[in-house]
Amino acid sequence: MSALLDIKDLKTWLDSSGGTVRAIDGISIEVARGETFAIVGESGCGKSMTALSVLRLLPEAGQIVAGSVLLGGEDLLGLPEAAMRGVRGRRIAMIFQEPATSLNPVLTVGRQIAEVLERHTALRGEAMQKRMLELLVAVGIPDPARRMGEYAFQLSGGMKQRVMIAVALAAEPDLLIADEPTTALDVTIQAQVLDLLSGLQRASGMAILLITHDLGVVAQMAHKVAVMYAGQIIEVASREAFFGAPLHPYSRKLFQALPGSERRGGELAVIRGQVPPLTTEFRGCRFAERCDLAWERCHVEVPGLTACDNGHSVRCHLYDGGKGVDPGERVSAAAPAAPGATDVSEKVQSGPALLSVDGLKVHFPIHKGLFKRTVGQVKAVDGISLDIATARTLALVGESGCGKTTAGKAILQLIRPSAGSVRFDGRELTRLRGRALRERRADFQLIFQDPYASLNPRMRVADILAEGMQALGVADTVAERAARMDRMLAQVGLNAEAKLRYPHEFSGGQRQRIAIARALAVKPKLIVCDEPTSALDVSVQAQILNLLKQLQRDLGLTYLFITHNIAVVEYLAHEVAVMYLGRIVERGTVDAVLRTPRHPYTQALLSAVPALDQAGERKIIRLRGELPSPANPPSGCHFHPRCPQAMAECKREYPQPIRLGENHEVNCVLYRAQTR
Amino acid sequence: MPFLPVILWTDALIYLLLAVVAVFVWYVRRHAHLRAPWWRVAQTPAAMSALVVLAVFVVIGLLDSVHFRLALPAAPDTRTDRAAPRELAYAVDVKSALDVLLSSIANRPERTYSAPLATHAYAKETVELPGKDGEPGRQVRDYPRLKYGGAHLRDPGRDWGPDVLRTAFRGAALALPLWLLAALVLVAACTPADRLTSRDFWHAVWRGKTEVPWRAILITLGLLLLVVVPVMLLSRHYHVLGTDKVGLDVLYLSLKSVRTALVIGTLTTLVMLPFSVMLGIMAGYLRGWVDDLIQYFYTTLNSIPGVLLIAAGVLVLQVYIETHPDVFPTSAQRADFRLLWLCIILGITSWTGLCRLLRGEALKLRELEYVQAAQAFGVSQWRIMARHILPNVMHIVLISVVMDFSGLVLAEAVLSYVGVGVDPSMISFGTMINAARLEMGREPMVWWSLASAFVFMLALVLAANLFADAVRDAFDPRVRVGARKLRWGKTTQAGEA
Repeated sequence: MSALLDIKDLKTWLDSSGGTVRAIDGISIEVARGETFAIVGESGCGKSMTALSVLRLLPEAGQIVAGSVLLGGEDLLGLPEAAMRGVRGRRIAMIFQEPATSLNPVLTVGRQIAEVLERHTALRGEAMQKRMLELLVAVGIPDPARRMGEYAFQLSGGMKQRVMIAVALAAEPDLLIADEPTTALDVTIQAQVLDLLSGLQRASGMAILLITHDLGVVAQMAHKVAVMYAGQIIEVASREAFFGAPLHPYSRKLFQALPGSERRGGELAVIRGQVPPLTTEFRGCRFAERCDLAWERCHVEVPGLTACDNGHSVRCHLYDGGKGVDPGERVSAAAPAAPGATDVSEKVQSGPALLSVDGLKVHFPIHKGLFKRTVGQVKAVDGISLDIATARTLALVGESGCGKTTAGKAILQLIRPSAGSVRFDGRELTRLRGRALRERRADFQLIFQDPYASLNPRMRVADILAEGMQALGVADTVAERAARMDRMLAQVGLNAEAKLRYPHEFSGGQRQRIAIARALAVKPKLIVCDEPTSALDVSVQAQILNLLKQLQRDLGLTYLFITHNIAVVEYLAHEVAVMYLGRIVERGTVDAVLRTPRHPYTQALLSAVPALDQAGERKIIRLRGELPSPANPPSGCHFHPRCPQAMAECKREYPQPIRLGENHEVNCVLYRAQTR
Repeated sequence: MPFLPVILWTDALIYLLLAVVAVFVWYVRRHAHLRAPWWRVAQTPAAMSALVVLAVFVVIGLLDSVHFRLALPAAPDTRTDRAAPRELAYAVDVKSALDVLLSSIANRPERTYSAPLATHAYAKETVELPGKDGEPGRQVRDYPRLKYGGAHLRDPGRDWGPDVLRTAFRGAALALPLWLLAALVLVAACTPADRLTSRDFWHAVWRGKTEVPWRAILITLGLLLLVVVPVMLLSRHYHVLGTDKVGLDVLYLSLKSVRTALVIGTLTTLVMLPFSVMLGIMAGYLRGWVDDLIQYFYTTLNSIPGVLLIAAGVLVLQVYIETHPDVFPTSAQRADFRLLWLCIILGITSWTGLCRLLRGEALKLRELEYVQAAQAFGVSQWRIMARHILPNVMHIVLISVVMDFSGLVLAEAVLSYVGVGVDPSMISFGTMINAARLEMGREPMVWWSLASAFVFMLALVLAANLFADAVRDAFDPRVRVGARKLRWGKTTQAGEA
């Protein structure tokens, strides 16, 4: 069967002030009809640029300098722009990462679908209306007739992405390019959207070019996988072959860098160094500088794409006969890291609580009218209780909008709680005001999600680090402060000379290290980590997680780790609390909660996480609908409208916590019988 | 001392502004992230050409801001007591350095209107011809010769054309060596820094390959010299732009107006900045009742028509000046105080726009994580505003200051035309245009006052706008500087195929 999309030796170069960026440097891929072809790689490797090159939607400074893109035998690069417009949307459609910005806010949903139909089909009037309804039904939008007249702001994130898919599918394209289609969505919604995409593919037989950084999504969706690194494809294989035994050292490292329960004891594998700037002229393998297996040849000779058995090909000198493939090296990439390195803190019995939160509530009043009358409350955090012992890590898990970040800030008194108590080291924080609170601030610090927004771009690293020390009087003299800065930078693995530079000169991972050093500088006991790795690539995430773990060992830090990433929880945390709509529904040790989840929500959440191993066909529990608004939570158990096991009783009142074993508590009526 | 320095209020503020600019430049040079956008401005040919023109205006304005009173010539000493030190008497009128430089054209008043470069008056007058042998002369109605304009010509009818052309050509010929001199100074200044031979450097300049667009700068400079030098030479014997109703040289009036325009454009922003920056950041960062108060305040202020406020302010001041003549010893001081007052009122009525912008930006910035990190350190609110918010809104302040400049220059002209602007005795574009209202209604029409004001203002405002555009492009993160076009393309593609 001839390929639907055949990209041959495509080169796309961008002109920048730093020189020519070879964003895509000769890639060749073939996508067959009905197939899902995944391009996976870290940020900046050129995967999105590939999609834009196929559609010829490159930015102003970019240009395709060589190669061909054949769609069903027709060269897209040779088409005049007018003909290209007929291809876009009609034969190739694209969906983007951010559903919130890819819909036009001033047009109705129906109008945006109609736009595509009017351009690419002969349907008009009644027939077009019928087709629009069909499309919305196909993407699983309830009450489509009403939704057609609504605007983007009336839809939730998952719903918007469904509409985007409906718009993309309107003209029945042969190829759908999905650029990180679920990255901005929660796991349960992600599972819904991925399901929808594969269902639609089965029904229509279109090909999907899936661009993602998430190996889990690839494992679930793809038929074939291509790994991109620094503008080149370094490995192509079928899904089974790739996940069975990745060949390229980079791919293997990626797998080893993934956090998970099986790596709890040891360190995650890290890839040293950084992706080389694409402005350089490569004389050898692009990965050689960072590769543990590289030898002289790798630095002087560019490796070609070598075909191995069963359609697996790889761009590496290890496999092109230069140095025979050592079977020993083809160990499964998923093999656990050095065994025996057990976590010391694992064995530490949890002592008295360092932080103890009881019935914490944060309600934001909703004001309306001329005199700002309070007409309601957004119950962002609605009575959570938790304890963390010294040198332990508690993970607060939940989907976006469940109030976990607000809870973290309320604990730090950055947002004043409406009710409840926060006791830190035996002292109540909620009643502290002004100066008394400021003096305590050195004890608890914060690390943020986005390393690009958490450092002031106009301040040098030295000023950033000194700010907290000055405000809290940690080191009194300038010399003391400077010495402490050097020590902190060394502790997070940066050079002392970094002090004199500005944040924009550092990569994302390095910035996160600076943010950690800033927090450490004031000698905190507790650090609230608010999704500290979710903006980072897998290999960088591994570095930061290793660093956090090592700091906990060395300094006895206590972490409150706020995240939505279950794998990170498994790797790092000792205890877990699962939040849903402002309340904790289940909490306990990592083993208890993640191995034997009891609350229906926890079960659904865990089942929705895409897993790498497809061996045991897991059953994904599909949740209906989306997170309700915290301004108007459902009566009784907040989860009952979406719960597959809801009973009449659930509607009436919120279930009391029920103890299941020593370190496991769940708020669900299902388990009441067991304890009596 | 042959003169007594006089520092007017606006002079003092201009010196202060110069000092502020100097400190700002010094500060920017030391910070890489601040230097980068200015470096982008320096690489824009249009901006640098505009800067050359602006620089000329600024030099004129600065020369006109050095004021003093000249000593009067000593009266013949009638007393015999020679040992007593003589009191120096100073003239009542305050002069500026520009006045002294332009004294040749400033002190040649005609009787009334004359057209540009004219040798005869613009209107017929009754002229008494000298009679023969002491008889009373005849009276005729004719265009009388001007007292100074073209006075050196024996037969204006025959000599006028050739003389003007010759002078103009002489000026153009003189401009060339001046331009070469400027270019040589440039080379001398730049060659060691660029580590190039001067030959290579010239080559790069000629082909427009230098990073700073020297070619554009030199071309602008050349064109300016080509205009300025001939005008200078012509003005020795003619009124290049004609004379106004009372016979004053219009070129002199136009040059004097430049200072007024610059003062209005710059000092007003100096008045308004503290309001808009402080209140805007406070409203956005502190929120709550502070925000409500500031918002209601500027919404109310914005709802009062600006012209009404300005008119009220100026009229109140006028009454004050008239009832307190002792406060202002000279008319220059009086006019100057009124100009300052106008700047203040304009500033008070025009800070709301920037304030609103800054409030919005501060609202956005306060949610950013580095601000929250500072809060988690217990850094005080004022410190957060000064260290985290202010430096991150400075680009907006800068853009709006540069963009507002031209608007304020035009506003002055409109206000003076309406009659609530500067003092009638102060020379400004507005008063020139106001005078032109009657001139345009005459028959034959007197057009040169209005035309000169128009051309000078156009040059000033256009240069300011071009410069402001480049500044905005360089500082506004949303406007990315258009990437250079690819140098390869079809040819490479064909070559590789």
